[in-house]
Amino acid sequence: MSMMQSFMGWVDARFPATKLWKEHLSEYYAPKNFNFWYFFGSLALLMLVMQIVTGIFLTMNYKPDAEMAFASVEYIMRDVEWGWLIRYMHSTGASAFFIVVYLHMFRGLIYGSYKKPRELVWIFGMLVYLALMAEAFMGYLLPWGQMSYWGAQVIISLFGTIPFGLGEPISAWIRGDFVVADATLNRFFAFHVIAVPLILLMLVVAHIIALHEVGSNNPDGVEIKKNKGADGIPLDGIPFHPYYTVKDIVGVIVFLIFFAMILFFIPDLWGWFLEKDNFIPADPLKTPEHIVPLWYFTPFYAILRAVPPILNSQFPGVAAMGMAIVFLFLVPWLDRSPVRSIRYRGGIYKFALTVFVISFLILGWLGTQPAGGIYLTLSQIFSILYFAFFILMPWYTSIDRTKPVPERVTD
Amino acid sequence: MNKLIIALLILAAPVFAQAAGGHSCGKIDCYKANTDLSNKASLQRGVKLFVNYCMGCHSTKFMSFERMSTDLGLSKDLVVSNLMFSDGKIGDYMTIAMPEKDAKAWFGTPPPDLSVVSRSRGKDWLYTYLKTFYADDSRPFGVNNLAFADVGMPHVFQGLEGMKKAVFKTEDDGHGSEIHVFDQFETISEGSMTEAKYDQAVLDLVNYLDYTGEPAKLVRYSLGVKVILFLIILLIPAYLMKKEFWKDIH
Repeated sequence: MSMMQSFMGWVDARFPATKLWKEHLSEYYAPKNFNFWYFFGSLALLMLVMQIVTGIFLTMNYKPDAEMAFASVEYIMRDVEWGWLIRYMHSTGASAFFIVVYLHMFRGLIYGSYKKPRELVWIFGMLVYLALMAEAFMGYLLPWGQMSYWGAQVIISLFGTIPFGLGEPISAWIRGDFVVADATLNRFFAFHVIAVPLILLMLVVAHIIALHEVGSNNPDGVEIKKNKGADGIPLDGIPFHPYYTVKDIVGVIVFLIFFAMILFFIPDLWGWFLEKDNFIPADPLKTPEHIVPLWYFTPFYAILRAVPPILNSQFPGVAAMGMAIVFLFLVPWLDRSPVRSIRYRGGIYKFALTVFVISFLILGWLGTQPAGGIYLTLSQIFSILYFAFFILMPWYTSIDRTKPVPERVTD
Repeated sequence: MNKLIIALLILAAPVFAQAAGGHSCGKIDCYKANTDLSNKASLQRGVKLFVNYCMGCHSTKFMSFERMSTDLGLSKDLVVSNLMFSDGKIGDYMTIAMPEKDAKAWFGTPPPDLSVVSRSRGKDWLYTYLKTFYADDSRPFGVNNLAFADVGMPHVFQGLEGMKKAVFKTEDDGHGSEIHVFDQFETISEGSMTEAKYDQAVLDLVNYLDYTGEPAKLVRYSLGVKVILFLIILLIPAYLMKKEFWKDIH
């Protein structure tokens, strides 16, 4: 017995290291027909790690103090060795993380990865998405620029619309002051660097444990565990390691090439990833002409603004925005189709999904435009289409003409 | 509360929304600033202008003299003896002595720190702004600006550029009402520089402010090329490894 084997024997008698390695990597059988869309899960994990590592280095020089925050970010950008690179990796990384997560969620929608028995995989994933939104929102306050400040002011004031006299106390409780101020910055820092990341990590672990319990779906939506060989291994399954680890390395490198193109050449993506007004220090006395959240929130922002105030209350808009996310959670139960993958679904679902994706993208653009006139009408039309995708789903998925699903995966 | 939210939501509009009827630089569309960060001589002329003409009122407090001298290839002695007017140390930040309270009384609003002005305004805006001061007797300093209406800053380059008059013409706005649009400048008095020389001086200054906004720009692009090349080369063995492992999967 080699030294390594005897060492692992010693460890395994005390901690299930080899068992965990086998269960989650070398003997976790994943369908062999994963395609392009299956890169984004591992890429999301890569982004999570990148955000945590760069975030740790940023906290070494960042100062969560209303008087010093803006200056400390500029200090990182100029006087800290490689500070500019770490900061850009973090700020551009946040947007890249959302791009990857949106594509990962889209994959779930096209291949029905949320359907029985993977409902909890989807629910944990949605919770990860929610935590990520909270994380991004709080992180955006930290540079203490004008958009940080006024963006937070607008979003927190949304809680002020909660009826029954609860709104104002709740928003003051969130801010720790009557306006966004030093107290808000301090607590957002605490949430951003430890509370939310802890929740995020635990949810990601739960997401992966749930996935490995039921096994991965695939582009055909075929359950590979139904066809096992004499050894009990799915005939269409291959060990995650080494097959998907070597494949994902290729995906990671290709992704990093695109990431580096943005990071080094247009880190602010012309104002989409770092807004111009955020290079003006926060000024509570000067409201910027335009307040726009970062792009990953704008679809929901457009929905918020599409709903007119009812009884002089903006709450219905806030509620609609909340429902836009709640409906995503319900997809596993709204979808009545007998098949998972879009490959075997009929034209109605394909049409509905296309309309949904287009609506989401257009809402995202509308969220960056002024809230009046034609833009308002468009926001209302596309908000209705957004919700129609979910509300009508039980109906159109049950009448859709599906194709027969093969016994085994096809490619 | 609700009114505030409604007001904020209405205010909320795009980063890029200037298109909606307006111009990208106040009363006109921005001129294009063709600056070049790799031009060290231009950056050196820029910092000279900045220190002599701007730093009386504007700081760049996030920028240290030392960092600037290293990046711009200026010797520390030269910077200390020519660009620092008090007995400061080379590691000092480029701050100013003007008290904010006095500045507020003199100009209405304290002259802003310009460390990251190129990032909030953009270099085209800065270039346009510095080239479009015109005589306007209704303003406290006798000048107004096309890019920044009713600006509180005097035309500090008057000695270099001279003074010009802005001629406006009346046009139909397409909805039946008349609007005044900028037509052209007319020279009132000559400065010490020709038009071409002044243009170059402004470009140098804007180039310097672009550098000050993000000193890392000097290294960012070349590092990016190296990183991307490395990744492309790394992709080859990674792809071959994947192919080797996957050849027995059918």
